[in-house]
Amino acid sequence: MLPELGQFALILALLLAFAQCALPIYGAWRGNTALIGLARPAVAGQAVFVALAFGILTWAFLTQDFSVAYVAQNSNLSLPWYYRFPAVWGAHEGSLLLWILILNVWTVAVAAFSRHLPGALMARVLGVLGFISCGFLLFTILTSNPFLRHLPALPDGNDLNPILQDPGLIMHPPMLYTGYVGFSVAFAFAIAALLGGQLDVAWVRWARPWTNVAWAFLTLGITLGSWWAYYVLGWGGWWFWDPVENASFMPWLVGTALIHSQAVTEKRGSFRAWTILLSIFAFSLSLLGTFLVRSGVLTSVHAFASDPRRGIFILVFLGIVVGGSLLLYAVRAPKVAGGKPFALLSRETLLLVNNLMFVCAAAMVLLGTLYPIIGDMLGIGRVSVGPPYFGFVFPLLMLPVVLLIPFGPFFRWASADWSSTWRALRPALVLALVAAVVAKLVFRHAASWHAFIGVAAAFWVGAGIALYALKRWREVPAGRRYTPEMLGMILAHFGLAVFLAGVLITQATSVESDLSFTPNQTQQVGGLDFRFVGVQRVQGPNYLADQGTVEVRSGDRLVTTLHPEKRQYSGQQMQSKSDIDGGVFRDLYVALGEPLGDTAWGVRIYVKPFVRWIWFGGLFMLVGGLTASADRRFRARRSARDEAVPAAATATA
Amino acid sequence: MSRLLPFIGFVLVVALLIFGLRWNRTHDMNWVPSPLIDKPAPEFTLPLLYDSTKTVSRQDLLGQPYLLNVFGSWCVTCQDEHPVLMAHAKKFGVRLIGMDWKDDPDTAKRWLAQFGNPYDTILVDADGKAGIDFGVYGAPETFLVDAQGVVRYKHIGNLTPENIERELKPAIAQLGKVQP
Amino acid sequence: MKRALLVFILLIAGLHAAFAIDPLPFTDRAEEVRFQNLTRQLRCLVCQNQDLADSEADLAKDLRRQVFQMMQAGKTDDEIKQYLVSRYNIFVLYDPPLQAGTWLLWFGPFAFLALGAFIVVRILRKRQDQWGQTRLINANETANHNSGSIESDPIDPEEDW
Repeated sequence: MLPELGQFALILALLLAFAQCALPIYGAWRGNTALIGLARPAVAGQAVFVALAFGILTWAFLTQDFSVAYVAQNSNLSLPWYYRFPAVWGAHEGSLLLWILILNVWTVAVAAFSRHLPGALMARVLGVLGFISCGFLLFTILTSNPFLRHLPALPDGNDLNPILQDPGLIMHPPMLYTGYVGFSVAFAFAIAALLGGQLDVAWVRWARPWTNVAWAFLTLGITLGSWWAYYVLGWGGWWFWDPVENASFMPWLVGTALIHSQAVTEKRGSFRAWTILLSIFAFSLSLLGTFLVRSGVLTSVHAFASDPRRGIFILVFLGIVVGGSLLLYAVRAPKVAGGKPFALLSRETLLLVNNLMFVCAAAMVLLGTLYPIIGDMLGIGRVSVGPPYFGFVFPLLMLPVVLLIPFGPFFRWASADWSSTWRALRPALVLALVAAVVAKLVFRHAASWHAFIGVAAAFWVGAGIALYALKRWREVPAGRRYTPEMLGMILAHFGLAVFLAGVLITQATSVESDLSFTPNQTQQVGGLDFRFVGVQRVQGPNYLADQGTVEVRSGDRLVTTLHPEKRQYSGQQMQSKSDIDGGVFRDLYVALGEPLGDTAWGVRIYVKPFVRWIWFGGLFMLVGGLTASADRRFRARRSARDEAVPAAATATA
Repeated sequence: MSRLLPFIGFVLVVALLIFGLRWNRTHDMNWVPSPLIDKPAPEFTLPLLYDSTKTVSRQDLLGQPYLLNVFGSWCVTCQDEHPVLMAHAKKFGVRLIGMDWKDDPDTAKRWLAQFGNPYDTILVDADGKAGIDFGVYGAPETFLVDAQGVVRYKHIGNLTPENIERELKPAIAQLGKVQP
Repeated sequence: MKRALLVFILLIAGLHAAFAIDPLPFTDRAEEVRFQNLTRQLRCLVCQNQDLADSEADLAKDLRRQVFQMMQAGKTDDEIKQYLVSRYNIFVLYDPPLQAGTWLLWFGPFAFLALGAFIVVRILRKRQDQWGQTRLINANETANHNSGSIESDPIDPEEDW
C-alpha cells in the first residue's frame, strides 16, 4: 500500500508544482496579489509531498520491500542497513527523486529566506522553480517511476552495484545535486528579472549568496566524486575526463565565471546582460549534464541504464527551458551597457578575462565531450576524445587565469595602479621562482617538468593572495579588515593554490608499479620496501574476500601495514578494495590483483606525493564559497545609493 | 542579432543531440568500423584445427573469395550464431573458413562435435595474434575476403538471418560483379 | 542482435568493476613509465570506457603484451600507435590525430577563444573611451564645484572590493 501512496504523493506534488508555476507568474503579470500570495503555500505543499514520496522509497529500502521493482533491482537481503540509504539514489529512478527533493529544499529555502524581497519578483522566482520541478516530476511519473511494483514480490533482490557500496556514495550524489540544482536559483532570479523587466542590479545582489552556496556544494560534490573515484575505482587516478565527470565540470566552470561576473554586476553595475546569460548557461549545463548521463547518448563509465524515451523527454524539456530562456534573453536583455565606467587597467578587466577563459574552457569541454557525436555526423568513423586531449587543451586555457589571479584582489575597481600592484606582488613572484628552483632540486628524480611548474604556480597564487590578506591587515583598521565576502575569496583562491600544487606535484612524482609478489617477498617502489606477507580469506557482511597483507618499511622502520582486498559479493560481482595509507605529503596505495601461478599474486602499488592536496584545495574552495555567501551585505536591504547609477555611466553599447 | 547568438548556438547543440539519439537507435555503441575494408587482408599462417601439423596461410586462400568467421567455444554469442551458420553455410556460395580464436583446440573440437561443424576449414589462432592483426575485438566477427585477398565487408557480432539477407548477401553478390 | 553483442561484452568484461594488475618484466623504470604513459593514451575496445592500462578485458591484456613486445623490439610510441590504428581504427587513440574531421576539435576551442577575445577587446576599448570622458568631466567638476567623483572618493572598504 505504501508504494502506491508514494506514487500518489508524487502526483499531488506535480499538481502543486504546476500551481506554484502558473498562478504566481500570472499573478505577477496581472498584479494580482492573491495569486502572488499562493506561491509560498504551493512551495510548502509540494515540498511536503516530495519529502513524503522520498521517505516512502527510503522506507521500502529499509524494510526490503522487494515487491517494488526498483528496490529489488538495487538491493538484496544481505545489504547492510547503512548502505540501504545510498541505495535509494544508487540508480536512475531514485536519483531522479533525490534531484527533485533537493530542488524542493532549495525552493523552500528561497521562499523562507527571501521574505523581504518584492512580492512580484518572488512570485516569478518561485514560479520558475515550480516550472522546473513540474518538468522533473512529470519525467519521473511518466518514464521513471520508482514505485513500480514487481508482483509477486521477489524473494531476494539483485544487489547494489558493489562499487557503489561505499561511504563516499552516501555523500557524493547529494552534494553534487545540491550544487547542480542550486544553479536553478540563480537561473530563476535571472528569468524573473527578464520577465519582470526589472533589469537593475538588485536581483544580482539577491541571487549572489544562492549562487555562491550552489557553487560551493558543486565544488564539494566534484571533490567527493574525485576522491571516490580515486579510492573506489582503484585506478589511482583522480580525474578521468569521462563524459559523466565532464557533465558536472561544465556547470562548475560556468558557475565560477558566474560568481565573478555577479560580483562586477552587483558592485559596479557592468556586464548586466552577460550575468543574465551566464545564469542561464550555468543551469542549462546542469540540465545538459542530466541529459548526457541519463539518455545513453554517450558511452561512459558510470552512466545510468539508459532508455531512449528518457533521452527524448529530457531533450524536449531542455529545449523548452533553455530555448525559452535564451529567446526571452534575446528579446528582453538590457540593450545598453550600464554600470560605472572603468579603465583598461582595472579589476573589471581582469574579471572579464576570467569570464572569457572559464567560458572558453567550458565550451572546450562541451566540444570534446560531444565530439564523438560530431564524428558520427561528419562520417569520420568513431573517434575517442579522452584525457590526452583535455589534459593538453585545458591547462593552456587556464594558464592565463593562474598568471593573472593574484592581480585580481590588488587591482582596484574602475582604475588600478600598476606600479603599486607590481611592488606589492613582487615578493610573490620572487618566492615562486625560488620555490621552483628548490622544487627542481627536491624532485630531481621527477620524470617531468610538472612539479617545477606546479610549485611555482602554487606559490605565485598562494603567496599572491596571502600578500593581499597581509595588506588588508596592515592598512585597514581592525574590525573592517575582512568582510566575509573577501575572506571567502581569499580562502577559495588559496584553495586553488593548494589544488595546483597537488595536481602538478602528484602528476610529476607519482610512482606506479604492477608487481608480482610471492609470499614474504620484498620489493622496492619509490624508495620504500614493500613486503608481501600473503593472502587470506575473510568474510565481510555481504561478501567473501581475499585479503592481502603488505608491510611497508622505510629502512628498518615499519611505516604501515596495508590490507587490500578482492571481494566477491553475494550478487556474484567482483570488486577490488584497495588499501591506502594516507598522509598530508604522500599516499601509499596498494591494490590486490589476480593470483599469478601457484603462490604469486599481482599487486599494484602507488606512491603518490601530495595527492591529497587536490581535495584539500577543493575543501578550501568549499569553505570559501560558503563564507562569502554569509556576508551580511547580501541580507541587508538595499541602500539607496545602489539604485542611483551615475548618468555618465549609461552609454550606448 | 547578437542577442540571438546564444539561442542559435543552443539550437545547434540540440540538433547535434537529436542526431546522436537517432544515430544510437540504429547503430551499436560498441561498433568500431574496421580500417581493413577494401585493404588486403593481413598475412597469417595458422595450423588447422583437425590437423595441427598442417598450416594454411593467406596465400593458400587466394583465388576464391571466402568468409572468415572468428569464433570461440568460450564465446556465448557464438553459440547464438552457430545455428544460423549451420543453416546458411552452404547457401553463401563462398567458402566458410572458421578461425578458432583464443581457444583451447580440444574444447573447440568438443564444442563443434556437440553443435555441428558448418566450416569448410578451421584455423586455430590460439594466442590471438592473427585476431589482433584482423582487428578482432568481440567475437563473433565475420570478414568477407575476395579472390584477390582484399577485405570487402566486416560484420561484428552474431550473424542473423536478417543481417545476412540485408548486408552479407548483397556484399557477396557485389563481389561477383567486381570480379573478372 | 545488438543486445546479444552487448551481453557478450558484459559477460567477458563488465562484471568486474575492477582494474587490471598485470606485472610485466620491464627492463628499467623509464621503460615502465613509458609503457604506463602510452597505454593510458589508448582506449580499450572491449570495455570502451577504460584505457588500455586499466582494462581487465582479455583482449586488453593481449594488446598490452603486444605493446610491451613492440617496445622491447625498439619500436617508437608512434609506430606502436600506428600499428594499433591500422587494425582498430583511430578509435583506439584518446587524442584523435589532426585530420580533416578533427580540425574542429583541435582548433575549435582556440577559434572560440579568438572570437571571445575580439569581443572583450571591443568592450574594453569602448569602456576605456568612456573612462577617459568621465575623467575629463570629473576633472572639470572638481575644479568648479569640488564635488565628489569616483576618482576622489575615499576608499570605502566595502565599496573598494
